[in-house]
Amino acid sequence: MSTRFWTGSRRDAAAGYLFIAPQLIGSVLFVFVPLGLVFWYSLHEWNVLADTFTFTGAENYQALLDDPKLADALVATGFFSAGLVVLNLSLALLLAVLLNQRLRGTVFFRTVFFSPVVVSLVAWTIVWGFLLQDNGGVNGLLDLFGVDGPNWLRGETTAMIAVIVVQVVKNVGLNMVLFLAALQGVPGNLYEAATVDGASRTRQFRSITVPMISPTILLTSIITVVGSLQVFAQIAVLTQGGPGTSTTVLVYYLYQQAFQFHHFGYGATLSVLLFAIVLLLTLVQWRMRRKWVFHES
Amino acid sequence: MKIRGLIATAAAGALALGLAACGAEEEPSTGPVSLRMTVWSSNEAHLKLFNEIADAYKAKNPRVTEVKFDPIPFENYTTTLTTQIAGGNGPDLAWVLENSAPDFVSSGALVPLDDTLAKADGYNAADLNPAATKLWQTDGRLYAYPFSTSPFGMFVNNDMLKAAGQQTPAELIAAGQWTWDKAVAAAAASAAKSGKAGLVVRDFDYKGWDNLSTVWTGWGAQAWSADGKTCGFDQQPMVDAMTFLHKAIFTDKALPGPGTTADFFAGDSAMTITQISRASLLKDAKFGWDLVPLPTGPKGEYSVIGQAGLGVLKKGKNADVAADFLAFFTSPENSAKLAAYFPPPRTSQLTAETLAKTNPLLKPEQLQQVVIDGISTGVVKPSHSGQAEISQAVRAALDPLWKADADVKAVLGGVCQAINPLLAK
Repeated sequence: MSTRFWTGSRRDAAAGYLFIAPQLIGSVLFVFVPLGLVFWYSLHEWNVLADTFTFTGAENYQALLDDPKLADALVATGFFSAGLVVLNLSLALLLAVLLNQRLRGTVFFRTVFFSPVVVSLVAWTIVWGFLLQDNGGVNGLLDLFGVDGPNWLRGETTAMIAVIVVQVVKNVGLNMVLFLAALQGVPGNLYEAATVDGASRTRQFRSITVPMISPTILLTSIITVVGSLQVFAQIAVLTQGGPGTSTTVLVYYLYQQAFQFHHFGYGATLSVLLFAIVLLLTLVQWRMRRKWVFHES
Repeated sequence: MKIRGLIATAAAGALALGLAACGAEEEPSTGPVSLRMTVWSSNEAHLKLFNEIADAYKAKNPRVTEVKFDPIPFENYTTTLTTQIAGGNGPDLAWVLENSAPDFVSSGALVPLDDTLAKADGYNAADLNPAATKLWQTDGRLYAYPFSTSPFGMFVNNDMLKAAGQQTPAELIAAGQWTWDKAVAAAAASAAKSGKAGLVVRDFDYKGWDNLSTVWTGWGAQAWSADGKTCGFDQQPMVDAMTFLHKAIFTDKALPGPGTTADFFAGDSAMTITQISRASLLKDAKFGWDLVPLPTGPKGEYSVIGQAGLGVLKKGKNADVAADFLAFFTSPENSAKLAAYFPPPRTSQLTAETLAKTNPLLKPEQLQQVVIDGISTGVVKPSHSGQAEISQAVRAALDPLWKADADVKAVLGGVCQAINPLLAK
């Protein structure tokens, strides 16, 4: 005896799969397949010009451990990420708190600080490249105040600072808006009660504002940390990893190895490393949420 | 159950991709052929000429339905080209820059051209200048045709030099005094007077260090030995040349310092070292200019050439047709047309007379002095297999030199330390 194939539950299941299909196919084609391929490539020596693709097992991973330049790249990445996250989050929170006041002109300033977010990244960076030249706009401005500015992109420390600041100014608006939304979600009666109890503004900020917006702090910190590990265009346009190797962060190093030096296998190995680092940091932050995010139980 | 379903879907997707890739490899051996050639010029006049030559070829070979010239920006030309090749989307023919010549020539990526050129009617391959083909050969086989062999010369803004009370290079040459010392002194004087830049080594910008070979060759220095095994940066000629250059930048202020850009062709500097093909930028120049050979260094007169080759990629579906097109594109007749923009490797066409017809902006003596003499005696810009990695290592190791208080000798020693393991590969 044959039963009908399209039973109600099968119909529902099919509809369900159809609904998730666009997202699923996209993820499989553009995330999971490339991810798998990167792992696969990382086990090979791939010479594009000679058209050879040889299985080398863990050799690339051994090379990773023996690579003297990798340590420099990781240190540069660490400096960049730490500088970016600290500066970006504190500035974003400061701006959000300031612009959360009921004062004239806040809408204007919100727009001003948010507008760089929607500017093309490369255009933004190229313009900053001109401004940061030795005889560029930044030093011209400093000159007005009698300060003899450094040759920003040619000094190892100043180049790193410049790259961080250019990136912070570009993206601080996004975190600012997220913080603003969170701040506006904090019920006003909490502050009223605290004021009645005689709590100072600082105390209110520490004991009410920060705990109430902690989910947003977690979100922005994950986005910013992960984003900072992926910085590429700014480095490629502003410093090309120099001076020396001071701004050669992991992604830029990966790009050099794969696309400039044609070591595609080793480049893939570096991306596996990057993947592992991002995964690890995200997991750590996600685990820590229990400790310091107020809402989560 | 559901997870298994998902995995099955993913596997099916991956398989479909794999099958599609397999299908693409089946190549038609006859039937219409479409060729693609990557170039780094998007100059309309260049492309117009290329298309005219391609049209003539298509008229003779009806099987070839399309020859597409695909410009890729110069800054990341080699990177883009190799990425296309890696993605299985390589062109049939490609321009190759001199600094990646060893990689392309030795890798087996290109088709040897000797047989095709020997067979081509009236080609006369013996006419190709050995100095021009040297870089593109290995084991006696030619892997790319040196379609452009372009010497570096010094363009000067005579108005700026005169305003600073300096003799023009032409006057100095006539007096037998066109030396690096005089050139730097004139550049420094002009910079001080005009507030603009003195001398700019174009495309150097404290990154493209191989362009400095246009200076250090005058001291007899070289980046590495001819066999590519010994680093030359820590040797005396290089130390002398770089000490001179460092002083010219930081003490004499004859060259703009790091992080300052100046474009000669926009009137921002008194002199610039670049290839003669840039002369076209001076068509509407509002100032009096001249093109002169590079000044003499302590080792006397010298010249430096940049080269570009044209090769056929072995991986292309129609490599044989592509090679045939290359022979047509570079035949004596078409080579003469290309000479309008690209100094040809054919000895018979390297005369001031031929070049003058197609380079109206340059005077016959400029062509003779800079181009013809330059090509026969010129040293090609540094190149080595694995050039990109070496180049990056040199750039990073040279960075400490571009400070006023740099210890030139120590920095150059550091360059050798950085690249010795790479040269040995």
